[in-house]
Amino acid sequence: MTPPATDTSSQVQAALPKMRAANVNFYYGSFKALHDVSLEFAANKVTALIGPSGCGKSTFLRNLNRINETLRDTRLEGEITLDGENILDQDVTEIRRRIGMVFQRPNPFPKSIFENIIYGPKINGMLKKKSAAEVVEQSLRRAALWDEVKDKLHESAYAISGGQQQRLCIARALAVDPEVLLLDEPCSALDPIATAKIEDLLVGLKHQCTIVIVTHNMQQAARVADTTGFFLLGKLIEHDKTDVIFKNPSRKETEDYITGRFG
Amino acid sequence: MGSLVAHSIHRSVLSLVEKNEDYAHQVIRDESRIDQMEVQIDDLAASLIVRDQPVARDMRLVVAAIKISTDLERMGDLAVHIAERSISLMTQPPLPEAMNFGALASLVESMVLSSLDGFVKRDAQIARSVLEHDDTVDKSRHAIQHQLIDLMQRDSSTITRAIEYLIIARKLERIGDHATNIAEDVIFLAQGVDVRHRTTAEVA
Repeated sequence: MTPPATDTSSQVQAALPKMRAANVNFYYGSFKALHDVSLEFAANKVTALIGPSGCGKSTFLRNLNRINETLRDTRLEGEITLDGENILDQDVTEIRRRIGMVFQRPNPFPKSIFENIIYGPKINGMLKKKSAAEVVEQSLRRAALWDEVKDKLHESAYAISGGQQQRLCIARALAVDPEVLLLDEPCSALDPIATAKIEDLLVGLKHQCTIVIVTHNMQQAARVADTTGFFLLGKLIEHDKTDVIFKNPSRKETEDYITGRFG
Repeated sequence: MGSLVAHSIHRSVLSLVEKNEDYAHQVIRDESRIDQMEVQIDDLAASLIVRDQPVARDMRLVVAAIKISTDLERMGDLAVHIAERSISLMTQPPLPEAMNFGALASLVESMVLSSLDGFVKRDAQIARSVLEHDDTVDKSRHAIQHQLIDLMQRDSSTITRAIEYLIIARKLERIGDHATNIAEDVIFLAQGVDVRHRTTAEVA
């Protein structure tokens, strides 16, 4: 007997969700990119968002720290909360400090490794309590990059490999002590070894923050995520424990997509 | 592979019931083909895992296929054991009492066929019906065992033959157990639930 298709948001109930999206609709001009998406992100868990290109997963992710606001002619309906408070009611800079983001391609600033890390803490006035050197070392250690770059902190961030640059971007995001880390296909430009390092890193990092990762790599979702949400045509089709999604999903659309029978 | 194994089981039973040595030799000859098929299926499944990293129902099919091929290979071996006992019994006089082997054998054979039918059709209902027969097979084997022990106590000249029959009953029961394993894998394949090591009431 197949399990009955129930309200997807109730499949995985977080005891205390760190973030919560309720009935989110999002428009690019007149195009409706997200349809009534409701999803809870459990604290200190990794949530993966999967789905075909154009399904809205990245759009959804970019709403979680209000990056989409920088685009003109867009509109958000519904509510997104962080610790129960609407993120739209709060200072956007503070929200983006609390909710960090890492993009598909490594995008270090054209500065030294040291300056890349220190930029965020500096503008957020966080260097009073800790020294810059302390913050840099701690952030690079958290991103499992310290041992590889400790002797070239003042060299250009472009001088290190792509995989190292991506971990530098993660270290930069971690430097301001975010509570949530959003990653938009962080490994798609990396080789399997660099990918494995970042995946190990994510599993370790979830003890310190809540992680949401958009990925096209289903094995990656299966490896790192505690729960997985499947998006299709702007809708959240199913959100459940990752194991359930990849062994026995309840919705046919999910099954068809992950087994490659889509379309 | 399923069809060949089902034929081997059927021929091993016929060789016993009809005292037909040709059937028995056919079963023994077919064993190596069954073994080869098991190797091929496992190799194909390994290739699928490497190439396609299957998930969801594809993953369940590959996992089920690997397990079912193992059960089928064991069933083929058991059919050979029955055929060998049956050959050795052919040179000896029949037992003074008829045993109800026909009923046990046909029940086991129907379990084998249903489990394979369930696999081909991905039908969990058919598979569940196989699980229900498992207890009946055990009871039927038990009844035959008691009958044979009685016989041996009454007439010690039957002991050699009766032991052969005891072993055959045991082999048939084992074939039924393997059919049950296959049926459990079919339920996993069709519904994604693991029903092993549960009571019949829990599974139904």
